[in-house]
Amino acid sequence: MRKVGVVYRRELASYFRSPIAYVVIAAFMALSGYFFSIALFATRLAEMSYTFANLSVVVLFIAPILTLKALVDERRSGTDELLLTSPISVPAIVVGKFLAAVTIYAVMLLVSGVFPLILSYLGDPDYGPIFSGYLGILLLGSALIAAGIFASSLTQDTMIAGMVGFVMMFGLWSFSWLSAALPGRWGEIAEKLALIDRFDVFLRGVIDTVDIVFYLSYIFVFLFLAVRIVDKRRWS
Amino acid sequence: MISVQNVTKRYGETVGVQDVTFEVGEGEILGFLGPNGAGKTTTMRVITGYHPPTSGTVTVAGYDIVTQSHEAKRHLGYLPEHPPLYVDMTVAEYLGFVAALKEVPRKERKSQIDEIVDMLNLGPVYKRLIRNISKGYRQRVGLAQALVGRPPVLILDEPTVGLDPKQIHEVREVIKSLGGRHTVILSSHILPEVSMVCQRIAIINKGRIVAVDRPEALSSSMRGNKRIIATIEGDPARVQEAISRLDGVLSVTADESSAAQGGAVVARYEIEASGAKDIRRELFFAMAGIESPILDLRSVEMSLEDVFLQLTTEEDNGDEAGPAGGGSEAGDPGAGGPGASVEEVTQGA
Repeated sequence: MRKVGVVYRRELASYFRSPIAYVVIAAFMALSGYFFSIALFATRLAEMSYTFANLSVVVLFIAPILTLKALVDERRSGTDELLLTSPISVPAIVVGKFLAAVTIYAVMLLVSGVFPLILSYLGDPDYGPIFSGYLGILLLGSALIAAGIFASSLTQDTMIAGMVGFVMMFGLWSFSWLSAALPGRWGEIAEKLALIDRFDVFLRGVIDTVDIVFYLSYIFVFLFLAVRIVDKRRWS
Repeated sequence: MISVQNVTKRYGETVGVQDVTFEVGEGEILGFLGPNGAGKTTTMRVITGYHPPTSGTVTVAGYDIVTQSHEAKRHLGYLPEHPPLYVDMTVAEYLGFVAALKEVPRKERKSQIDEIVDMLNLGPVYKRLIRNISKGYRQRVGLAQALVGRPPVLILDEPTVGLDPKQIHEVREVIKSLGGRHTVILSSHILPEVSMVCQRIAIINKGRIVAVDRPEALSSSMRGNKRIIATIEGDPARVQEAISRLDGVLSVTADESSAAQGGAVVARYEIEASGAKDIRRELFFAMAGIESPILDLRSVEMSLEDVFLQLTTEEDNGDEAGPAGGGSEAGDPGAGGPGASVEEVTQGA
């Protein structure tokens, strides 16, 4: 795992070598700015829970775009032959790519830090829920990104990786809708697994270790699966 | 340096390579020869750890590629069939990335990369995006990548593909110069290339190694029989009859249509004699006996190409287009390449 940094730096730079990072960041800013303004004008409250709720949907569209090329491009260009025959482990490759995508995502959130500044200029916001909201949206997005990395390990086609990623993310995101349809225990399980329900806790200003662990487990499971897929392909 | 023991690689039901065993000594250059689809790339992928073997073991520099993969890979440079390039990086960035990947100490990176860039004449494209450089340069950047970290073992899958004759010559010289310091496995379907650059050759066909030996040894040991080509003046019927009466002669064919030269008839004969027997002396006296002077006499070794074709086609003749296709392909680029090999010369005769 020592060489996560090598992959991470290359991957991060590669986002900025293509227009992808700029376009995605710009799209995110446009949408979040739009939602923030609407919420601000409609409620006239110095708080961000509406904005965060809207962002949690925007993330659903951003995450697949950030990850659709992650592992697909390595296979398409044959560079996986370089990586997999170099002294670097598969987990290091996958984690490096994950962290690079998360970094881009974090940059977006950082730029959106202008919203709390605006609020503090206009009124006197309660920073607690804003901070926990940011933490929540970071974790939610990271979990989705991990799912996207997994999706990109499955195929050799970026479009398919993007679609599979999106469908998977949407399913996980909205598992709780399923809970209403499923009877008894299964409904409970579905509700427990839903990504968005935990996010609501953060919006209320509550930071619970359980919720953080929940998202981290999601990340771990998907990255683990991605590593297994890459490894398995080598052996088969 | 490299030891491959009973390696089998299956992809689901299909067998990539079967029971492959060979060794490559330190500083040796081994040529890997075979028709397309014979298992060259598969074998190389197994050795480099890209596709671990289904069964069997591979050790590189004493480290098992599966159980000690990290150490093994540290001693390895690999140029795959398609150079593994990030086209959105410049050559400089790319080689820097590879140096970090290969654990080259930060202080040595610059000097090492400079040296490789000089050796492969990459100077003119050093600052350019890989996306924008020609195929020949890309191939050489791929080779440069394999050399980063000065790995003692180099696995090069068709290193001269896509290069023009001048570049092919340069790259061959580079690879030759790597021998001694590096242990190299080089795959190719260009026969002259392999016989020029490599000390030993492994011929692979349908996933099996069919021969491993020095190029000369391969040619002479392939067939017990000797072949002699003689140009003799005199009545072809009489000459042919006299030759065929010699002890040990298996067949005689009057090769070329007879040509008149100062009234006499001159013809070329191809004589095949059995075993170790050298019939040239007897041939001389026999021809002297019938007053038919020998104008030219040569014993011919089987060309590497003959060996290759024989080894890769004899098992089941005409079974598929594969071996034949490989053979003809092998001839063309060789003829275009610079510096004809011994094999080419004898073959052309």
